[in-house]
Amino acid sequence: MRAKRKKLIYNAVTFGLVIAAFLICQYMISTGQMTRSLRNQLIPICCWIVMAVSLNLVVGISGELSLGHAGFMSVGAFTGIVVSGWLLNAFQMEDVTLRLVLAMAAGGLLAGVAGVLIGIPVLRLKGDYLAIVTLAFGEIIRNVMDCVYVSVEGQGLYFGFLNNKLPGTLLLNGPNGAVGVKKIATFTAGFILIIIALVVILNLINSRSGRAIMAIRDARIAAESVGINITKYRMMAFVTSAIMAGMAGALYGLNYSTLVASKFKFDQSINVLVFVVLGGIGNTLGAVIAATALTVLPEMLRDFGQYRMLVYAVLLIVIMLTTNNPTIRTFLDRLIAPVKRLFRKKNAAELLKQTGGDAQ
Amino acid sequence: MKKLLAMLMAAALLLSCATVLADEEAITLKIAHIGPLTGAAAVYGNATSNGGKIAADEINAAGGKYRVEYTTYDDTHDAETSVNAYSKALDDGAQMILGTTTTSPCIAVSAEAYEDRVFMLTPSASSTAVTADKDNMYQVCFTDPAQGTASAEYIKQNGLPTKVAVIYNNADAYSTGIYQTFVDKAKELGLDVVSETTFTDSTKDFTVQVNDAKNAGAELVFLPIYYGPASMILQTAAQVEYKPVWFGVDGMDGILTIEGFDTSLAEGVLLLTPFSADAQDEKTKNFVATYQAQYGEIPNQFAADAYDGVYALVAAAEKAGVQNGATYADICDAMIAAMQEITVEGVTGTMTWSANGEVTKTPTAVIIQNGAYVGFNK
Repeated sequence: MRAKRKKLIYNAVTFGLVIAAFLICQYMISTGQMTRSLRNQLIPICCWIVMAVSLNLVVGISGELSLGHAGFMSVGAFTGIVVSGWLLNAFQMEDVTLRLVLAMAAGGLLAGVAGVLIGIPVLRLKGDYLAIVTLAFGEIIRNVMDCVYVSVEGQGLYFGFLNNKLPGTLLLNGPNGAVGVKKIATFTAGFILIIIALVVILNLINSRSGRAIMAIRDARIAAESVGINITKYRMMAFVTSAIMAGMAGALYGLNYSTLVASKFKFDQSINVLVFVVLGGIGNTLGAVIAATALTVLPEMLRDFGQYRMLVYAVLLIVIMLTTNNPTIRTFLDRLIAPVKRLFRKKNAAELLKQTGGDAQ
Repeated sequence: MKKLLAMLMAAALLLSCATVLADEEAITLKIAHIGPLTGAAAVYGNATSNGGKIAADEINAAGGKYRVEYTTYDDTHDAETSVNAYSKALDDGAQMILGTTTTSPCIAVSAEAYEDRVFMLTPSASSTAVTADKDNMYQVCFTDPAQGTASAEYIKQNGLPTKVAVIYNNADAYSTGIYQTFVDKAKELGLDVVSETTFTDSTKDFTVQVNDAKNAGAELVFLPIYYGPASMILQTAAQVEYKPVWFGVDGMDGILTIEGFDTSLAEGVLLLTPFSADAQDEKTKNFVATYQAQYGEIPNQFAADAYDGVYALVAAAEKAGVQNGATYADICDAMIAAMQEITVEGVTGTMTWSANGEVTKTPTAVIIQNGAYVGFNK
């Protein structure tokens, strides 16, 4: 009873914070109070939040290590760009919203397919194989995308590998990446994507499947012994995460007029992992906050000039140390204790009523 | 009492001087430079940042009609960060942008600038995608296709060997861009391309590529690549005793500054570049001397392009009659019109601009002799 209520409060706080942040941003935009610098960061922030939340599902909930999350984002981004360009050039689809939705759906789908292909062999194994394979996957995607040419003419799409002599308008131009992308991403779309990701992931965590996934994480042998299909549930978490990353990628790709494959390098995957670790592994709300803070932080440190990234790194270390420091944790706990007590009192009173005074 | 009077007089004199100065108040141009000061491409961003700074200092010291407030924003050679840097620059009140230094971020930023009506001049982003369909975007450097075409024409016209091999980086936009137009033009001019081999950023061994060129009997090897891999190719060629004519483009500039590289291997390398640091004209000499004094190294192509870029921006602003306190949107259209009318005599040659944003200037070939660049005339 109490655990359920705790979860409900946690979920309500997560959604409440995201919605409140969105409304505040919208208000600031409409009144012109927001600087251009922050305004142009809103969509990338949405993308990185979804990336962090989805990686948290793999790392925190499923307990696997994935080092190629940017690879799924890359697949989604380039798919989204090609689909959007194709719909516009071949079918003159001027409806921006519909195009964005279709592009994101396609991006998520293809990233999901990639997730299944990787998951089938690797998730059957014990040990750290997933980390190694996803690491390789990210690098492979990057190198392959450097050689892919895609063009659209009439209603047809043309693919070339190392061959740039294609008819029509080039959508992907090998190492030049995607050029001439029509920017259609919007902040509202980013917000909706976050909400979708949160609904899907939080519901998954709190469902029967989610409990199975966490059981596998905590005690694989015990889970296996009660008849949980290990591969199936690990796949469920991994592929859901890949689909979300693909959709975030599509939104990200359609927010800039150009995109190169080297954007999604290994260090980008690590960056997302840092969001997850900093937010507290397994903590969805933490991932949201960490992704936002760490995306905005480098821009806020611009006044430090060339020491910007140094300060960023130092701050990162300080945050990691302090959030794990017992003294500071007790201090923080004491700060939020009154709020917690308020809830607990109500809780206890209700329990008392229901059980007729037999509260624990 | 006399002293007090004298002091009062002096103060009055000073005040009157100040008012005279204020009457002829100089117009301040806020130029924001965007380039990678950190990260893998930091070499280029720092070069453009420094080159532009020297030009800004010179303009301010000369005390003409315009003063330049020059600020550099770091973009780490990443499109997302570059757009952020651009937004920050506009928040800070920038009137025009010198940048961005590298191609891919430049495409992203120029799309934003096109919508916001901000005038942009890139010192070194050389892809045609940078200027395509954007009237507010101009380049100081040659475009990649222009370099490929010019190289093929140069080889043909100056009686260099016509059996040509090409080694290029197929994971690099700059390299493939030049390669594609070079091969097209070479076919058209009747040059015989006997070997085409590729490598990527992570390639450390060039034996295959060099041997392929050697076995095909190429007498000239065209290297549309940066100087790093080029130095490794020269080393490999020396090991297999292969001595063709080496022909590079502006990315080759800098090969003599690599630490631990035996510069005698680069002896006789030809490169087509609009800027050579040892040119004997007054402008280049001054620029190189100042750069060396301030930053302790010989300026490369990128620094020279940014140096010319600042002068071009000021010339265009003068032509457009930019006034104090004008916002970026006010002056954009006037700057675009002015840019097509001005002629700038810079360290990278005499430049004019066409409506599509591309520059016209004459490339010159230099040859490496005794460890230095010397003008090449055949």
